[in-house]
Amino acid sequence: MALFSIPHIKLSGISACVPKKSESNLDYDWITEQERALLIKTTGIENRRIAAANLTTSDFCYAAAEKLIDELKWRKEEIEIIIFVSQSPDYLLPATAIILQDRLNLPKTALAFDISLGCSGFIYGLSTIASLMTNAKIKKGLLLTGDVSSSSLNSKDKSTYPLFGDAGTATALEYDENAAPMFFNLQSDGAGYKTIIITDGGTRQQLTPESYIDVEIEKGIVRSRKNLVLDGLEVFNFSLREVGPNIKELLHSNSTEIENYDYFVFHQANKLMNETIRKKLKIEPEKVPYSLNKYGNTSSASIPLTIVSELSEKITNSTTHFLLSGFGVGLSWGSVALNATNLICPPVIEL
Amino acid sequence: MDISEFIKKIEAEVEELTPGTLKPETAFRNLPEWSSMHALIIIALVDMEYDVTITGDDLRKCTTINDIYNFVKSKK
Repeated sequence: MALFSIPHIKLSGISACVPKKSESNLDYDWITEQERALLIKTTGIENRRIAAANLTTSDFCYAAAEKLIDELKWRKEEIEIIIFVSQSPDYLLPATAIILQDRLNLPKTALAFDISLGCSGFIYGLSTIASLMTNAKIKKGLLLTGDVSSSSLNSKDKSTYPLFGDAGTATALEYDENAAPMFFNLQSDGAGYKTIIITDGGTRQQLTPESYIDVEIEKGIVRSRKNLVLDGLEVFNFSLREVGPNIKELLHSNSTEIENYDYFVFHQANKLMNETIRKKLKIEPEKVPYSLNKYGNTSSASIPLTIVSELSEKITNSTTHFLLSGFGVGLSWGSVALNATNLICPPVIEL
Repeated sequence: MDISEFIKKIEAEVEELTPGTLKPETAFRNLPEWSSMHALIIIALVDMEYDVTITGDDLRKCTTINDIYNFVKSKK
């Protein structure tokens, strides 16, 4: 069972960057006015940020990282690990984290690599960077997460287009002998790999001219094979089935209760889904923040973006007990229990 | 659980429906108000109220409200 703790790593700061351009689901005229109202009410998603055509995930992460380094007054030569978690890398190769090492002027002693995960990516990325830092006693590290999902969506697909927004985030971690341990519970189920998928463009199904042809799957759902496919019902079911037990196991393993946490920050995909999980776990509504109405589903950026946009003013100058949980594409899911003291969270920036 | 209670719970969650519209024999997909979002609402409701999971496949096999009710009852 992937239940484990990681000592000596402190969460120092989080920043987030979103595109300037906002789209509202109230204006999504591919579906009827009644469908729009029901979509917004059920999913909680009203506005989404859409990246300009020339901007990639790494541009948003870069801006977030520069802002955070500046706020923390870090010396860049002390940053010796950078991990980029995304499913929209700049290139098929090389890994985007390596390009960012140079672009951010980080030292060549830094290790850098990418992780290909979405909804669960922040939790997995945190476990990876924290393990490496604690083992190698690396002083400072950057975890960059996010996606420009809009690049793989078809605007004629009502089952995906109105749900996703673009964002990039940066999270700063430090080696600190006095830091409380982080507790993780990470899980996977590859049997559900087709639940959220882009079929063409990898090596299993390479791009052909047919990959670009729009096909009507059902009324309101038109897409090509290079577009994102999302089986909403299955993801919904999976999340209701797996997330609660995953969190309960984690709480059992570190001998804590729901009451011991100040905030439960869930991956932002669907408000009805998260509210059902919240109610089943008997968590008070004020402990579960949402940024869905502002930014939609921002993939691996959703948890840090929600902390920055919804909690930054409430958590500075104190110690906050967090339970964070991400779940989705893979299928992959995981939770972490951690403390953050005097977390630096500059306001969300725009690019 | 009985079916009239089950229907009342669905009608309470699906605001687009006038109470009294749903009957056990109603083919829910044929309702003019029906949308894919309602499938999520019913799955969430059944999960919360009865602690039963309905998958997309389970739901596809159901035509009427009574079919969903019988499925939930069989899993209780």
